[in-house]
Amino acid sequence: MTATFLGTPAFPEAAKRALQDTQLRANLAHATATIRSKRAVVVGERPDWEELRLAGEALKDQVLRHLDTYLVQLEEKVTAAGGTVHWARDAAEANRIVVDLVRATGETEVVKVKSMATQETDLNGALETAGISAWETDLAELIVQLGHDQPSHILVPAIHRNRAEIREIFLAEMGKVGEPAPPDLPAEPRALAEAARRHLRQKFLRAKVGISGANFAVAETGSLVVVESEGNGRMCLTLPETLISVVGIEKVVPTFADLEVFLQLLPRSSTGERMNPYTSIWTGVTPGDGPQAFHLVLVDNGRTTSLADPVGRQALRCIRCSACLNVCPVYERTGGHAYGSVYPGPIGAILTPQLRGIESEIDKSLPYASSLCGACFEVCPVRIDIPEVLVHLRARVVDAERGGVPSAEELAMRSAAWMFGDHRRLESAQRAAGLGGRLFRRGRIGRLPFPFSKWTDARDAPVPPAESFRAWWRRTRGTRR
Amino acid sequence: MAAYSRDPAVSAREEVLGRIRAALADVPPDDEVPIPRNHQRTAPPDVDVAHLFAERVADYRATVHRVPAGEVAATVAAALAQHGVRRVVVPADLPPEWLAASEAEVVRDDGSLSASALDALDGVVTAAAVGIAETGTIVLDGGTAQGRRALSLVPDTHLCVVRTDQVVGTVPEGVARLDPVRPLTWISGPSATSDIELQRVEGVHGPRTLVVLLVD
Repeated sequence: MTATFLGTPAFPEAAKRALQDTQLRANLAHATATIRSKRAVVVGERPDWEELRLAGEALKDQVLRHLDTYLVQLEEKVTAAGGTVHWARDAAEANRIVVDLVRATGETEVVKVKSMATQETDLNGALETAGISAWETDLAELIVQLGHDQPSHILVPAIHRNRAEIREIFLAEMGKVGEPAPPDLPAEPRALAEAARRHLRQKFLRAKVGISGANFAVAETGSLVVVESEGNGRMCLTLPETLISVVGIEKVVPTFADLEVFLQLLPRSSTGERMNPYTSIWTGVTPGDGPQAFHLVLVDNGRTTSLADPVGRQALRCIRCSACLNVCPVYERTGGHAYGSVYPGPIGAILTPQLRGIESEIDKSLPYASSLCGACFEVCPVRIDIPEVLVHLRARVVDAERGGVPSAEELAMRSAAWMFGDHRRLESAQRAAGLGGRLFRRGRIGRLPFPFSKWTDARDAPVPPAESFRAWWRRTRGTRR
Repeated sequence: MAAYSRDPAVSAREEVLGRIRAALADVPPDDEVPIPRNHQRTAPPDVDVAHLFAERVADYRATVHRVPAGEVAATVAAALAQHGVRRVVVPADLPPEWLAASEAEVVRDDGSLSASALDALDGVVTAAAVGIAETGTIVLDGGTAQGRRALSLVPDTHLCVVRTDQVVGTVPEGVARLDPVRPLTWISGPSATSDIELQRVEGVHGPRTLVVLLVD
């Protein structure tokens, strides 16, 4: 994965910075609470929600466990329907394929539908280097692009911006790249959406090349599915002459009928709607309707590394709904940027280290960016056991660091093992802690100096009681207080 | 990220498929994941599917008119007038009687209208392929009286005529009625965004006004 947000520090430091931004925290608390309650209503409406989750989980597992067969079938069907299939080992190869395809049309601009895959590969950067302007057309992506910013949520990439900030961005930036925002633009969602409509209209109408991702690719028929709300997706998928869809290899579903499961799971989990306003499904090219040239770029970019891990591979079931972000107490407070990846929140904490490896400071800190409360698993429409994978990846991070200079945590754990190994040592440690406990007020321990800071910097701990259970038992034998 | 071998003689296709097969070495060849399909396929028997469809479409702030077949032309005319549609585009095979009462100028699509030409028109009238009650969804498949996809996308008002016998209860019933080879557009209300502070705004790039005629 190339689209690391450059210079992102380890999660605890990035989180600390984010927590000091009160505007960000207010925006996030409001946004996540709103989606959480909408989701709860429409999920509660379905008596068969758990059955749908079980079906979604099994269908994705079936695909992943036979991915080579399903991809070959998909390729065959897309080709038979008039499309061309390309394969990319990594982000650079995917971007090169797309740049070459756009160049072959002779065009110097493209319209884009919001796509996680092309964010992951930083396709926009590659297009820009090649002298091709890529216009993001999803409203939130437009806000991010015009603000020279990074997305911070899978579904609502500009969740960290409020209306006043968006107004400033539109006024300052729209005129530089097309239809300017009206000077008297009010900071009001309806007016801001109208400004986006006017800004993008001419770009849609003249576009010759569209670039999309896909939510699902049906192996049985070669059909691709894009779900969206604004109609920018339909514009990009319908009006251009050439359509290029960049799709991760894990996006396959077995049959067209299986969409009955995913088209119920996704909108209810994602936007909290019974159905999203628009879903486009197309198979190759249709004479006289829509793009007459269609290219599907299948991207690995680290997915096969995740697939090789029998515990970690369940992360590839993800349908990018973002429900896990909205329920996560860590995400709600830090926002998406602290995760240093286009995939933030709980799913990002397990997906990013698998796709990118655990070499960098940010990537090896991600499996720890969780309290393991399990809310993410509860809401996941394809039942990814995120806490299980987090713990599994923590073990991998620890294993990778074994053998060199022991970390402070390793030293602490070694001394804890020594202490717990003998009851006399434990009791004397408890007495010491009890004495220490009397020095603290308000019942909790805040920051301590090194080496304890390795633990206390990111956590408060309850103060140990003045007397341990063992000491109390010895004194009273349980009969007297 | 792990460094992969880059043998120029091996195509990306072969290399990716090879990596997948290597990654799945633990999966036995006869492995088959049992798929539990215990979710609901049909709406409960006491549900009035047409009524539910009308209610759920209206929930998205689309306008729904339930009319007998004899009143389609009058309702179309009134709705077009109400939304200020003076020039309306229709698929070449739209039943002419639907527009018999309207004073709007009718442009029949012959496939030659550019996106900009469509943008200069005020509205579009189409039929539909399937309606899904539980989710208030209309599906267009480019079949009879529906036209190519651009028609129902670019003009700002979309008037869609759905027959009650096209309406099914659930998403599984809807999917079962569709032909995957056709270009499908699922429409659930007018275009919308919640990208600014999660406040829903109806009407972005797709038609900002959706009017549904449900014909008995």
